[in-house]
Order: sequence, then C-alpha cells, then structure tokens
Amino acid sequence: MSRNRVAIVGAGMTKFVRRAQETAKELAWEAAHLALESCEMTLDDVDAVVIGTAPDAFDGVHMKSEYLSDGCGAWGKPVMRGYVGGGTGVFAPIQGWYHVASGLFDTVLVICEEKMSSCQPHPQAAFLTIFDHTTERPLKPNLLWIFALEMNAYMNRYGLDKRDIATVSVKNKRNAADHPAALLGDPNITVEDVLNSEVLAWPVQRLDVSPVTDGAVAVVMCAEHVARRATNKPVWIEGVGWSLDTAYWTNRDLSYPVYVEEAARMAYEMAGITEPRKQIHIAEPYDPFDYKELHHLEGLLLFDRGKAPEAAAAGVTQRDGDLPVCPSGGLLGVGNPIAAAGLMKVAEIFWQLRQEAGARQVPGRPKRGLAQAWGDLMQVGTVVVMGV
Amino acid sequence: MSMLHRIEHVHDALAWEGDMPTQGRYTAGIAGERFLREIQENGKLLGTACLTCDIVYVPPRLYCERCFDHLDEWVEVPPTGRVYTFTLVHLDLDAKPLPEPRMMAFVQLDGADGGLVHFLDEAEPEDICIGMRVEAVFKDKTERKGSILDIAYFRPVTACQ
Amino acid sequence: MEEHVYDSVYLRSRDFEEGRALFETWDPNARYAWDAGVAIGGYLRGLKAGKLIGRYCPECGRVMIPPRMFCEQCFRATDHWVDLHDTGTVITFSLCYVTWDMVRLEEPQIPAVIEIDGASPGMGIMHILSEVDPDAVRIGMRVQAVWKPAAERTGAITDISYFKPLG
Repeated sequence: MSRNRVAIVGAGMTKFVRRAQETAKELAWEAAHLALESCEMTLDDVDAVVIGTAPDAFDGVHMKSEYLSDGCGAWGKPVMRGYVGGGTGVFAPIQGWYHVASGLFDTVLVICEEKMSSCQPHPQAAFLTIFDHTTERPLKPNLLWIFALEMNAYMNRYGLDKRDIATVSVKNKRNAADHPAALLGDPNITVEDVLNSEVLAWPVQRLDVSPVTDGAVAVVMCAEHVARRATNKPVWIEGVGWSLDTAYWTNRDLSYPVYVEEAARMAYEMAGITEPRKQIHIAEPYDPFDYKELHHLEGLLLFDRGKAPEAAAAGVTQRDGDLPVCPSGGLLGVGNPIAAAGLMKVAEIFWQLRQEAGARQVPGRPKRGLAQAWGDLMQVGTVVVMGV
Repeated sequence: MSMLHRIEHVHDALAWEGDMPTQGRYTAGIAGERFLREIQENGKLLGTACLTCDIVYVPPRLYCERCFDHLDEWVEVPPTGRVYTFTLVHLDLDAKPLPEPRMMAFVQLDGADGGLVHFLDEAEPEDICIGMRVEAVFKDKTERKGSILDIAYFRPVTACQ
Repeated sequence: MEEHVYDSVYLRSRDFEEGRALFETWDPNARYAWDAGVAIGGYLRGLKAGKLIGRYCPECGRVMIPPRMFCEQCFRATDHWVDLHDTGTVITFSLCYVTWDMVRLEEPQIPAVIEIDGASPGMGIMHILSEVDPDAVRIGMRVQAVWKPAAERTGAITDISYFKPLG
C-alpha cells in the first residue's frame, strides 16, 4: 500500500490548570498558535485541521468541535473531529497521520482541547452516563467504581502489592515537577504519601488518581517534502494502531487490556518493530491512575503480564532507567484534560526525540518512542510509534 | 430473518427514564471579560480589530480567525447599527407558547464586522424591517452585572422607509 | 520547550464566588426516556418474575448476560432465551467510601462484578454486595441474589436489592 511519510514538525500547549479563565476556544487558539509558531508556519500553510475533544458535556457546548473550530484555525478549511473518550489525544494525531499519508493534504494542524471545569457540580455528572442507563445506573454508581473494579481484578490476578503500584504516582508527580505546564508536579512526594492518602474506592486512593483539568495541546504534521523544509529534526510517525473492545465491560477480563495489545500490534507491524522492549526507547502510556500505567505497559508488550509493577519498583521506568516511562510526568503529574492529555504525551515524545525536553530530557539520545491513550468504557487503545 | 419484533400490549413498551445532571459554567474568557466589564462599568461596546485582515470583531476576540494573529487592538464601537435580520419568537424551549411573543434581531453594529443577537423592543413587529437603524438601551448602571443582558434591548432610531 | 507553553490564567473557586471572573451558567435540563429494547425488555420482565435470564449464540456457543439480540463477536442474531441461576461468583469488587459528588460515606458501598451461574464463563453483571463485612469480601466468593418481594418488583435491576454470601 503506497503511503507518504509523515512527520510532526512543531508542537505547542497551554499550562494545564484546574480552572482556566480562558474560554475553550481561547485555550485551543493559544495551543494552536504556539504550535505553528514553533515551526514558523502560518495558517496559510495549513491544509486541514483535526480537532480532538471528548464529550461535548464537559465543556458544556453542543457541537463542540464546530464551536472550537475558529480557535483551531479551521475557518474555511476541511475539518474532522475525533472522539474516543480518553483515547482521543492519541487518536487525533492518527487521524492527522492518515490525512497526510493518504496524499490528500500536505500539512495538518491537530489540536486537542478540554475544559472540564465548565461541568458543574463535577464532571462525574456527565461521566456517569457512561454506565448502562437501564442495567447499571439505577444502582447509583460512582465512576470510581469502574477503575477500582479493574484495579482490584489486576492486583488480585497477579498478587500485586499496592506499594509497587504507588511508585508510579511518585515517579510521575516527581517527573512533572520539571514540566513547565504541570498542575501537580511535586518533587518531594513519597510512596508513604500515596499509601496514606484518603481511600476513595478501595483499592483506589486519592493520590492514585489524576485530577479534573483544563488545557489544550497542538501539533503540526506534514508530508516529508514539507517536513524537511520546516525543520532539520522532523519526528516521523512510524506506526499507528487503534482497537476497540466491547462495551459489555462486565463480560471482559479486566486484568489485561487486550485492546491496547491489539492497537500496539497494529502499530508495531507498521513500524517494523519485532522486539518492542529493545526497539522502543521511551514510552508514554496513558496514566489516569497509577495502576493503568502498569496495566498499559503490559498491554503494550513492554513487560510480561503482572510484571510491570516490580519493574517500576526496581526503577526500570525512571527517566534514567532502562525504559523511561512517562518522563513528562503523565496525567498524574501534568494533569488530565481528557483529550489534551493524550496529545501532551505525543508532544512529549516529540520533544524528547529532538533533545528539547529540558530538565525532563531522558539520557542516551533515544531514537524511538511511543505514546498510548485509552478511553471510553475502558474500551479503546490508541497507539502512535514515533522515531528519528 | 427480520429482527423487528412486535409487542402485544402498549404496556410492554418499556422505557427507562434518566437524566444527565450537569450544569454548565462558562467563563467569559480573556476577551469576553474585558468586553463585558466595559459594558458593566461604562455602558460602552468594544471590539477588537485585525489590521492585517481589516476586520473589527464584535463581540471582541482574542485572535483573528482568518490570519490567526493575536488581537490587541481594542476599539470602541457605537451602540448603534442596523437590523441585519429579525424574528418574532412565539414558543419557549419546551415548545409551549410564550406569555408574550418576543422580537429578536441580529444587529450589525456600526464600525464592526460583527454584531449582537439581542431583543428588540419599543416597537411592534409590523414596524420592524431589515436594514432599519437601531440603538442599544442599557440598563441602569446599578442593575448591570457584567452580562450581555446589561443591554436591555435594541430599539428603532428611525422608522422603516 | 518552555517557549511553546502558554501560561493559562488559573482561577480559584473563590474567584467565581467573589465576582472576580465573569461567568454564565446553564442547566441543559437533559432528560431521557430510553426504549428498553427487545433484549433488555425481556431481561427486565425476567427480573420482575424473579429470575435472571440470558441469550444464546449458536455460533460461538456463548450464553450471554446482559442478554443481547445479536452476538457482538459473531455479528449474528442470538437464538433463544436461557434461564440462569441467581447465584454467582465475585470476579472483582471495590469498597467505595465516596458518593459521585465526593461526599464521604461512613459505611462503604460494595460494588462488584458477579459472574452468573448458568451463563458462559466470565459473563458478569455489576451489582452491589451487602450483608457482608467489607473486610471479608474476597474475589472468588460465592454469592446469591436477595430479591425484593414479588409485589415490590417493577422490572428493574434493583428488583435484586443486592447479592450476599451464599449459604
């Protein structure tokens, strides 16, 4: 199948904050504008726009993509919106990729935005509607139940120690202390802090969870001939993959994210990766909860099932470890504006591979990294493999 | 094989009821905050001008949607304009009749490329025509809250031709 | 990459309360009436009659609960209803100490996924556990449904009040 090579050549983002004064449009514009500025492009250079933003209900604006469109530079341009819940942040650049790889467009601006603070009294009021309206909502569920049920299934299946899982929260919040856009960076947090935090829905405790956040991220993606003019350090999209599991979540094996494995295999095959553990140098898996980073690392085939926690506890996934994971600080440290969070991870791999991650820079000149996101009713895996 | 099933009694048609108990809270934003404060404090309307594209945005925006520049050229626009289009609204959001029909118009403001959707009053529907000149009527300063409703309505300045 | 990060304006709750940030609110008043559909309609009728029922796919042989009119794996219609037991095994559970709007609970709620006897392996439903010490709940525990009296059942998942340990 003939496809054009596609690279990311620029990225920009807003600070991730608990409640932004900026409107959703203004957040989108700030990120998009910075992304274009970072590679000295203008709106005239942009052929099409991809907007990633998760439920309309969070920002509270119906037809949210159309509303955001002018802030996304989409006036008068072809636009497409992607929406797979939390998976959106990595799905949007996949859409950007096929816009360019198909040969239809040369330069695509990809923006992901979320303004969750608009949803009162709490975004859960909208999130809760993900439970089946007839067979589950009458039980008056709490969204935390889903994650707690999955976390318990995972821990029980492999006999995992909460202490090992808590090291992920510590690693990511400490990493985030070096991220200029981070909401929850904390250079001093310890495993004890996490284990002593308020139990919300056992086994989930307060410091295991990422916060409600507002923010936007944007990247510029180009065909090879444009990329080489735009920058001397293009970061190539080497593989993409996405997969969706059934919404009947109570019929699934919750201890393993098979949908992540399927997405990863699709991306690895495209990227020619046969030994992910050796060939992937940095990973940014989706970490809305600390256990999810580990769950996802196993689904990405970077660790054996049930083995990621002990590797994390042993320091393998630290920035200076064998396989740095979430050097950005992830959702746990930088924040979780649903769609923007995933694209933040893509931007992080972009900056890391270009040696531009500043204090977060992973040593050793990594050449290949991946970003992964997850969402819907624990259903979707979206993966992007990038390389220089 | 058809998947369509028939039910024998209307009572067998089960519907499950529920809601989505959210409330939206929308900040005015960086540009919007300045726009509404000016209305609240001084009873004046502001726009932002894009000098590259020669457009004045009302309501004012932080950025130009066409060239994507940051806009920091704030200009005052007069509270007058012309009726670009109008309508007479008879039903509420639940499609029930309003106690009194309300006139709404999109008013293209003088000196701007945009305008405001707002109420029309101090006139009968038959006296309204597209193109007629109107002016904003502001509420008393003590009643203004920094909201688009600090403008009570627009009213005709001259009669239709 | 600091130069590519915009300094969003951070508001605190009190900025809203004290009028330092202008805002509007809107209640979308979103109310729904969802058709139960053929499969769940049958499921609800079964619940009113005091039983759990599933559907059978002849191609993959799964007996599925919650029941569905088509098998999502084989992508064909399911064949017939299957009466299931009202006992099962806890696949996973949680002890939840907060409501959805973050109000603290004295006694934890115990949501669980329960694999239902008579359905295929792994076929679970979500429900609540009760009449059990939270510290005693275990994955693999055998449980049984506690039904409301027939006169109080309306055709809802809550016709089962909760599941409790078997025996």
